[in-house]
Amino acid sequence: MKHIIAVLIENEAGALSRVVGLFSARGYNIESLTVAPTEDPSLSRMTIQTTGSDDVIEQITKHLNRLIEVVKVVDLTEGAYTERELMLVKVRAVGKEREEMKRMADIFRGRVIDVTDKSYTIELTGDQSKNDAFLEAIDRSAILETVRTGACGIGRGERILRV
Amino acid sequence: MEINKAESASGSAGAQELRGAEILVKALQAENVQYIWGYPGGAVLHIYDAFYKQDTIQHVLVRHEQAAVHAADGFARATGEVGVALVTSGPGLTNAVTGIATAYMDSIPMVIISGQVPTAAIGLDAFQECDTVGITRPIVKHNFLVKDAKDMAEIMKKAFHIARSGRPGPVVVDVPKDVSFNKALYSGYPESVEMRSYNPVRKGHGGQIRKALQLLMSAKRPYIYTGGGVLLSNASPELRALVDMLNVPVTNTLMGLGAFPATDRRFLGMLGMHGTLEANNAMQNCDVLLAVGARFDDRVIGNPKHFASVDRKIIHIDIDPSSISKRVKVDVPIVGDVKDVLTELMGMIRESGLKPDAQALGQWWETIEGWRSRNCMKYDSNNSVVIKPQKVIETLWDMTKDADAYITSDVGQHQMWAAQYYKFNEPRRWINSGGLGTMGVGIPYAMGIKLAKPDSEVFCVTGEGSVQMCIQELSTCLQYNTPIKIVALNNRYLGMVRQWQEIEYSGRYSHSYMDALPNFVKLAEAYGHVGILVERPEDVEPALREARRLKDRTVFLDIRTDPTENVFPMVQAGKGITEMLMGVEDL
Repeated sequence: MKHIIAVLIENEAGALSRVVGLFSARGYNIESLTVAPTEDPSLSRMTIQTTGSDDVIEQITKHLNRLIEVVKVVDLTEGAYTERELMLVKVRAVGKEREEMKRMADIFRGRVIDVTDKSYTIELTGDQSKNDAFLEAIDRSAILETVRTGACGIGRGERILRV
Repeated sequence: MEINKAESASGSAGAQELRGAEILVKALQAENVQYIWGYPGGAVLHIYDAFYKQDTIQHVLVRHEQAAVHAADGFARATGEVGVALVTSGPGLTNAVTGIATAYMDSIPMVIISGQVPTAAIGLDAFQECDTVGITRPIVKHNFLVKDAKDMAEIMKKAFHIARSGRPGPVVVDVPKDVSFNKALYSGYPESVEMRSYNPVRKGHGGQIRKALQLLMSAKRPYIYTGGGVLLSNASPELRALVDMLNVPVTNTLMGLGAFPATDRRFLGMLGMHGTLEANNAMQNCDVLLAVGARFDDRVIGNPKHFASVDRKIIHIDIDPSSISKRVKVDVPIVGDVKDVLTELMGMIRESGLKPDAQALGQWWETIEGWRSRNCMKYDSNNSVVIKPQKVIETLWDMTKDADAYITSDVGQHQMWAAQYYKFNEPRRWINSGGLGTMGVGIPYAMGIKLAKPDSEVFCVTGEGSVQMCIQELSTCLQYNTPIKIVALNNRYLGMVRQWQEIEYSGRYSHSYMDALPNFVKLAEAYGHVGILVERPEDVEPALREARRLKDRTVFLDIRTDPTENVFPMVQAGKGITEMLMGVEDL
């Protein structure tokens, strides 16, 4: 089952590699991982998307907690949460495709952020299934390049992760 | 510059400008470090210079960095203090890696200081450069790269704090050469350390302990299984008191031997792959299992499916939450320091006035005595032709049972026989590499202990294979006058490999015969020690006696043992822990 784990970690050199090293050493999956400093520059927040049985997820959170630089760990999927992923897609846009691509971007509430006479770069934000759906919806052969940030998650309402 | 100095000196009372290396030495002194094992090199020259100018810490120059870490590790295991080693950059550190991983697997508190190339050269493939923090990351509890001399004191404080608190473990502090040379203002070693990200739990959860109490008191067939955590937590007295209170059977893992007296009637022996029949059977037949500072390791529980196939309730006390429900699902997890939790548990038992079900317990003991009467440890002890390795250990035990003795071992058959036939009655007397299973630890462990415990007798039970993996340390033993007794069970085979090849590979002894062995007697003599060759069963005891008599000499006993002897009982890989081979008749 898919899990989204949020981690507050000291913003120190090498902290990220401890997390990544843990996953590879113990054979856990990483579907995606995003990390950046928080409003407190001494802390980074990481969102890790992983899959595994309940037992495996329990071990993952325990081992993350065991890392000396990890301050807090929460499995967001244990409660209400919301997730977003940013995707940039460069698509071929020539002739009649140009209009169609623009329309599709609009339908998915995407924005065209770069234009050439042969291509558009479209910015899309949403949960991963929405971004997947966009890629399904357009002509595959028109996709020149995609880049996705991976999931970034936060608890709903009163669910707050901070020090 | 002058003005700044004056200002800073007056600004903080007692502060002085010191080199990073000098602050490092001050930190070690503040931590009451008495011994450090190491090997110099380019990147640590400033640190060695700082050592030259002090006289409170004794530095031991080993012959290979691996042994520096092992010796400090052995010292830590025997004393409970943090072991400290010092190595240079690049190959110095990579040589230390085996030692660090060994300590990590057995949760031994250590601080390893490594030199690093100057900060400006890091990442440029400099001479003797390696990514120390990267290489050691998976085998340490934590590691640090000191980027500025002003951070040295705080990092050292954190390193010692992390190494010895919670579930202990090795911490590496990597010190670039310029950082050890540069000066920084030193205003004393920090008194305490606060880390928002690291606050290990000591006290167990009261509600969980209460649940454990109820489960234990309702048990018909209770059993206590304890591991290295009891020793690390210095909780042997509490364990003994608990067993006295409940009168229940106890087993220890390889790492936990000595936590409970082996000669006590309630001790069922070691459990696991080479455990006793009664210890393993009790594991599968108990109805409530109290696991204390043990981690249900694969060598202990055998096939996990077989282990989980019986209906029993498990209480698990461990300081590391990730050890709980890792390989075996438990019913009552208690995260906390073993000593604290056992103390609280006993308090609750006293308060509750509850007593174990005496009648059920009586029947349980009868069942256990039935298993015990099989005498699974019997062997051909009266053989007058070949030396039985078990007999050597029994003789050693007989001779030293009332002495102040430490036994180290290497890894293999001799290790198992030492664990099986030496009756460890006190904690921290049995020093071996359980988790990583590192051949070569025996001599460095022994010399590390002997240095700290000069009045104790230190025996290294080893084999002719293992002993050659750190044999160069015989030279260190001479230089620092650490007279140890090496009891080498020389069967001319890599015995444990040979045993598996006999049993599981139809006797295809692929590369397990040690051809061209050195003359160990002459080798010992070449290093300035005493060597004794023992070839006949009747010579074993006199040889051991002679080795002990030569108090001030390191003695190498080359004991030619039966090359075909196997370690029994044995649970083959993949089998359940009660599916045991009891002896040659089962092969």
